Amino acid sequence: MDRIDVYPTHQFEGFKLRPGRAYPFGANLVPGGVNFAIFSKHANYCVLVLFEKGKPKPLAEIPFRGVFQKPGTGEPVWADFRVGNVFSMVVFDLDYENIEYGFRMDGPGPRPEKGKPALHRFDPSTILTDPYAKAVGGRDAWGEKPNWADEYPHRARIVQDDFDWESDRPLEIPTEDLIIYEMHVRGFTRHPSSKTKHPGTFAAIREKIPYLKELGVNCIELMPIYEFDEFENSRQSKDTGELLMNYWGYSTVGFFAPKAGFAASGKMKDGTMVADELKTLVKELHENGIEVILDVVFNHTAEGNEEGLAISFRGIDNATYYMLTPEGYYFNFSGTGNTLNCNNPIVRTMVLECLRYWAAEFHIDGFRFDLAAILGRDPWGAPLANPPLLETLAFDPILAKCKLIAEAWDAGGLYQVGSFPAYGRWAEWNGKYRDTVRCFLRGDPDQAGGMAQRLQGSPDLYARGGRGPTASINFVTCHDGFTLADLVSYDGKHNEANGENNNDGANDNYSWNCGREGSTDDPQVNDLRRRQMKNALAMLMVSRGVPMLLMGDEIGRTQKGNNNAYCHDNEFSWLDWTLQKPNEEIFRFARACVAFRKTHPVLRGSTYFRNEDYAGSGFADITWHGTRAWNADWSSDSRVVAFMLCGMHAKDATVKDDTIYVAMNMYWESLPFELPELHQESCWRVFANTGAPSPQDIWEPGAEPVLSDQRQFIVGARSVAILVSGSSAAGSTGKREG
Amino acid sequence: MAFNVRFEMLDKGIARITLAGELDAGTAPLFQKEVEKATAENAKRLVLVVSELEYIASAGLRVLVFAKQKMGRQVDVYVVGAQEQVMDTIRKTGLHNSVISVKSYDPAVIENI
Repeated sequence: MDRIDVYPTHQFEGFKLRPGRAYPFGANLVPGGVNFAIFSKHANYCVLVLFEKGKPKPLAEIPFRGVFQKPGTGEPVWADFRVGNVFSMVVFDLDYENIEYGFRMDGPGPRPEKGKPALHRFDPSTILTDPYAKAVGGRDAWGEKPNWADEYPHRARIVQDDFDWESDRPLEIPTEDLIIYEMHVRGFTRHPSSKTKHPGTFAAIREKIPYLKELGVNCIELMPIYEFDEFENSRQSKDTGELLMNYWGYSTVGFFAPKAGFAASGKMKDGTMVADELKTLVKELHENGIEVILDVVFNHTAEGNEEGLAISFRGIDNATYYMLTPEGYYFNFSGTGNTLNCNNPIVRTMVLECLRYWAAEFHIDGFRFDLAAILGRDPWGAPLANPPLLETLAFDPILAKCKLIAEAWDAGGLYQVGSFPAYGRWAEWNGKYRDTVRCFLRGDPDQAGGMAQRLQGSPDLYARGGRGPTASINFVTCHDGFTLADLVSYDGKHNEANGENNNDGANDNYSWNCGREGSTDDPQVNDLRRRQMKNALAMLMVSRGVPMLLMGDEIGRTQKGNNNAYCHDNEFSWLDWTLQKPNEEIFRFARACVAFRKTHPVLRGSTYFRNEDYAGSGFADITWHGTRAWNADWSSDSRVVAFMLCGMHAKDATVKDDTIYVAMNMYWESLPFELPELHQESCWRVFANTGAPSPQDIWEPGAEPVLSDQRQFIVGARSVAILVSGSSAAGSTGKREG
Repeated sequence: MAFNVRFEMLDKGIARITLAGELDAGTAPLFQKEVEKATAENAKRLVLVVSELEYIASAGLRVLVFAKQKMGRQVDVYVVGAQEQVMDTIRKTGLHNSVISVKSYDPAVIENI
């Protein structure tokens, strides 16, 4: 039943109005109309601009203050639809599905000049996008050439929240049990070989759910899906003539809006359909036991620096939304031109409300925060001891079950891996895990001790702050840097195609090409590369903490040595599904390693090892070995790490599991490893041995063959062996977790 | 093509709505009116014959959502003979979970309550 007190009290050029509700911000459906509410501390004038969908000229411009008419009599009446710093009004009888809306704002200061610093940048000739817009049009189909003459290029749209979730809810998989798969929505299925109906879209990911299930991951992390402009800084490559774009999308236009160009339904120019397509994906992933984490970019926006154009924030309230120098230049802690003023209470609230919206309305399971160290800086850029935003997110009741993951550094030199303010909630991308594993993998000296820390969930980084191993998101590769295949195929980056003379992208890759730079038909080199990829996958999957795989690493995806493919909407970035066949061996290995991790709770503890036998099993929870059992070699020359996890200590001795022994030989020759002796009724079985040719390199969990020599195992040069205890009777490997 | 909608109340409380042409924001209210008729008649099943429907926009989908919500979960909604483009739109937005899609009008199935 409609409320009877909701009726128009004012009229403007035929539009029926009444003073709006100041909260919530954005455009929200109310009985009979749409409530528009927008904050600006410094604006003194605001106009609501309405367009018919796609039309170049506005349908109407309704001021929030001025002379209106009384409905019925037409008598002029002055009004100011504003509460505090919030302009708000209800417009009745709007055909909201066919409407796009924006705002014009005016306030103090001269008109903004390109390249000039300024505290305020008010310019009523610009139509601005609502920061709370739940859908943004203008880039409705990916890569479709925009109308550059459009005076309102990123158009806010109105969305209905009536999706039928049935009984779906976020999965709340314990963090220690997660196996994350990082992917780019478009890149995952855009390649023609994906054979999907709508390549490069949310809908296409749904078609690939069986693949994800086969691999065994239980969480996908989507690179940015907030509306962004793929044409931002787009340019023609000097060498190839190809269009280089903002493919990764780490540059937000609308925080509340899913990227229309990622939806197969985007071209229908309907925000609700885009939202529903994404919701359908999330729902189906949940039905298949797969969580969804979003990579969110709150450190900066798409508006750039003094040279940039106003899209939204800078024209609404520059001084509130951005960190500015006293002269009015943009601070650039993000390396991309501007820095969102995250610890301003207004901006902080926007971030909180945004995440709440995604968690509640889209059933998102967690968030990974790009350059999150910025979120801990005060409005002048100084790192805060107790950053209000990070604390607020950690304690928020609606986000209470969401995973919160920080990229714990920024482009301004703040590096907080191990010291990110965590409040018992925040996990981190563990950059040190990546670097140590890479160095150990290529046989660097001085790595054995560091490797032992990484394998245990990096207590050296996190234990001091009272954090457990789930603080550590372990990864060897991610979107930013080499793929796994490139890590073992290139000594140096090859970013020429980015058009910046190979100056962009990281130089410290800790990679090794195994003897030849790039693609080769040398079988020995290729054998070694395959082995190294398997070694990396094995290390990742036996490490305490949360493993993260990069899209395509399981089938040897290459970017041809490019370690910064942010601008390539082409085969550099897309997953080539034809690799499945030639690299079936890698996939099989990765799949089995994932299954092994899921089978064995002893690998997935949420607390650190204690180095003692608190289960009374006769073994400590973790013990360290070398080529001689019980004798680890921590010397700087050591390229060997071996350890044993006692199954009786799984999950703090609450669960009985098999005992697992891992020997990592990153030395360039094979070495005999004396095996620790098991209790009488048990024997060692071999689960993985990267030194053996496929298919003897790995076995299905539960079907591991018994080792003929129970005392010694020869681990090949640059190889990893994983053994598991089991009864000596065939076909049984002991009890497992439910 | 112009939009056309026809409502019939069959035996056993089956409401049949036949749609043709383009169902968009402009024509959705006409569809909605017919769905409301079916609701008023306490229909036990809603059958949408859409083989002549060429396009469905969000507004049309919303009427489907409305129908489902208004009539209750026990009322099955059949979508009969959807063209590929229409079915694709229904699938992309997840509505295929809420309706029963059948290729052709088989009274033995559709009118069997």
